[in-house]
Amino acid sequence: MRHLADGELVLYHYHDGDDLETAKRHLASCAECQSRLDAIEEVLRLVVTPSVPERGPGYGSEVWNRIRAELPELNTRQHSWLTVPRWAWAGVVGVLLVVVFLMGRYSSQKQSPNNVAINSNIPTQPRAQQVRERVLLLAVGDHLDRSQMLLVELTHASGTGEIDISSEQQRAIELTDANRLYRTTAQQVGDTSIVTLLDELERVLLQVGHQPGSVTAGELKKIQDSIQSQGILFKVRVVRSNVREQSAQRPRTASSQKKGQII
Amino acid sequence: MEMDDAAAVARVRAGEKDAFRLLVERHSQTIFRLAFRMMQNEQDAEEIVQDTFLRAYRALDGFESRSNFGTWIYRIAVNRCYDLLDQRKTRHEVHSQDQPEADELDLVEQIPAKDPNPERSLLSSEIEVRVRSAMKQLTAGERTAFVLRHFEGRSVEEIARVLNVREGAAKNRVHRAVQKLRQHLQPLRTF
Repeated sequence: MRHLADGELVLYHYHDGDDLETAKRHLASCAECQSRLDAIEEVLRLVVTPSVPERGPGYGSEVWNRIRAELPELNTRQHSWLTVPRWAWAGVVGVLLVVVFLMGRYSSQKQSPNNVAINSNIPTQPRAQQVRERVLLLAVGDHLDRSQMLLVELTHASGTGEIDISSEQQRAIELTDANRLYRTTAQQVGDTSIVTLLDELERVLLQVGHQPGSVTAGELKKIQDSIQSQGILFKVRVVRSNVREQSAQRPRTASSQKKGQII
Repeated sequence: MEMDDAAAVARVRAGEKDAFRLLVERHSQTIFRLAFRMMQNEQDAEEIVQDTFLRAYRALDGFESRSNFGTWIYRIAVNRCYDLLDQRKTRHEVHSQDQPEADELDLVEQIPAKDPNPERSLLSSEIEVRVRSAMKQLTAGERTAFVLRHFEGRSVEEIARVLNVREGAAKNRVHRAVQKLRQHLQPLRTF
């Protein structure tokens, strides 16, 4: 007679097991398993659902009033953009970045040494530079959000036997491609902190992307250790936070000069 | 006739911002209840509610019309709670290197007695504090899975979907959470 494992007893308690009838029959005839189930249930009875503070019928309106001012306007033109599928959005952003990248190259080729000397006294950034920085910040912010989510999920993934990470692996591959594009653009813009982070992030994404769709617990642990040892999640959060701040400030400081940097 | 969620979403997408109000009014209570159970803190729960709706509004393009808005926004809220718990856990772990254990049990004395029987009341308060303390020992993933299963009554399948993990992983998280809670609450069993 095979006794029920603790995990199976927990599942039985929540009526989640694959074969509840078999477990029930076993428990009826096995005092030892029944006693272990009783012990589990005794502890779980202590964990009572916390009483939630009352919120009146007008609560929804209160929430609405608090957030309304922060909601951006969505006009129908934006709507047509918003309905574009996510994969197409990635393509659009990619194309935009390439265009912006080429704009930068074109404007830098046109910039003769004389022009540089003259322009260095002008207190405004070249327009192409401003556009590139703005696009980069917006795109990188979203990219870091998605990368952070992937890393958090991987860090907390667990299981026994073969663990399916195929969806994470696929996302890592997609993020790697986007990452390369953003890194190149960041290099052109001269944002070294973003370049450094994207460089490190790319190594982690590549590592995940090169894994098989299913890994053992040991292999998963290696990936998790690698993520943790590099502190990449923390770095992503810090840079993400900086990007968000810069992105919010950019419209106000768009005309400010950036230490005589001319591309 | 009252507008359903799908119609409200369509109107918001068409540029009618105020149509989002109906969605906020309809789902705020559910999100607050979930957030409070997850965070065990009223202030955090309020923050999660606001943040969830703001994110949902901004991400409405990612919402598929054939999906259920309630399920979608619930998922956003769970993920926000998860992230916040994860951040707190990381900070707490760093912080606790200096202060190994917070003196949470001292809180027992601060909880007002509701029961006329002082001994029973004190015991009940101690259990409550120990349970809260035990919950804090769980990782963000374990706590999320446990709250969804134990307090919210969600099935393992739903938990797996919300957390974007396999069902086996969701079961494991619930199991690990129960194991840890048992370790921390075992001394109270005899009461």
